[in-house]
Amino acid sequence: MDLERQFEQTVAADHRVEPRDWMPDGYRATLIRQIAQHAHSEIIGMQPEGNWISRAPSLRRKAVLLAKVQDEAGHGLYLYAAAETLGADRAELTEKLIEGRQKYSSIFNYPTLTYADVGVIGWLVDGAAICNQVPLCRTSYGPYARAMIRVCKEESFHQRQGYELLMTMMSGTRQQREMVQDSVNRWWWPSLMMFGPSDAESSNTEQSMVWRIKRHTNDELRQRFVDMSVPQAEKLGVTLPDPALVWNPDRGHHDFGEIDWTEFWQVVKGEGPCNAERIAHRRKAHEDGAWVREAATAYARKKEQAA
Amino acid sequence: MTKSSWPLYEVFVRGKRGLNHVHVGSLHAPDDEMALRNARDLYTRRNEGVSIWVVKAEAITASSPDEKDPFFAPSGDKVYRHPTFYAIPEDVPHL
Repeated sequence: MDLERQFEQTVAADHRVEPRDWMPDGYRATLIRQIAQHAHSEIIGMQPEGNWISRAPSLRRKAVLLAKVQDEAGHGLYLYAAAETLGADRAELTEKLIEGRQKYSSIFNYPTLTYADVGVIGWLVDGAAICNQVPLCRTSYGPYARAMIRVCKEESFHQRQGYELLMTMMSGTRQQREMVQDSVNRWWWPSLMMFGPSDAESSNTEQSMVWRIKRHTNDELRQRFVDMSVPQAEKLGVTLPDPALVWNPDRGHHDFGEIDWTEFWQVVKGEGPCNAERIAHRRKAHEDGAWVREAATAYARKKEQAA
Repeated sequence: MTKSSWPLYEVFVRGKRGLNHVHVGSLHAPDDEMALRNARDLYTRRNEGVSIWVVKAEAITASSPDEKDPFFAPSGDKVYRHPTFYAIPEDVPHL
């Protein structure tokens, strides 16, 4: 049997493809692009929340936030490791990120203006990420699926700590409640944009569905997220900033307003509020850490020679 | 910009006493000791393990997926190695 047919049968039977199996070049390239983009998102995603570690209101909140940001670093590393099993070079991936040749999720190009943003990111941004990521636990490429299982387990803590933080603020002063509502107003639409362009505009979806890299379309996942978030918002006592948001009994889903696609494409193309800042920060961290990497290598070499 | 030349390590974690070490992923580290410390921080942040092995990926010898059929063929036709190969009357106890 020829290799391509064997590959297609493996995928169609819902079996996993493993690193040393033959795979079409396009499958490999698509996976490297998607996993790298995902890994970069985790690493860049440390910045907006890291912004609040030194100003967390209590030691408990600070410990939680530190643990969460450390998890994001861990998620990035699981994913970089998965990309490497496809032949990608780790150092090269970092270079591509800081040279702007590979993307990361646009959501992290929005600023975190108040502490309520830490809660809303946990609730909505991590909530949207979970919607995207749970189906990826069954993606056709084994190492990616296994990394996603670890990630999803940990994301559940992220979402719950965010929601709990918001519940605490909502039971506080009027100003605290307003702060939460303001934060929801700013993050709701960017969260919906996390699912990517609409199905009609998504160039990669069809092939990725055949290869079982993706299991659901962008619009399906976005709808699922809206339906999940509405009762959570009600319980919290906040209003989602969309006058068109209404339950549609015929569809059994919520209808919602049109995303501002002009803004979406602007941020994707690098003109979001924080694009330049995020990359500059990542580049600085990488370059400032160069001496540590070199020193550790030199030390390892010296020990090896002494042995 | 200098490229990282840290070798790749594969990480195996024993979830609890009595279980085998299981492969959980990989990481880069400058030497064995740092690989172990990095593995602890990366793969056991929530008590996922009581013991960790790290080994340089280049030290692993693996069977090739291309030849998996011929490689595992010797066991394919030896059904008599399985207990179900033997017909025993149902009323024989404890067998």
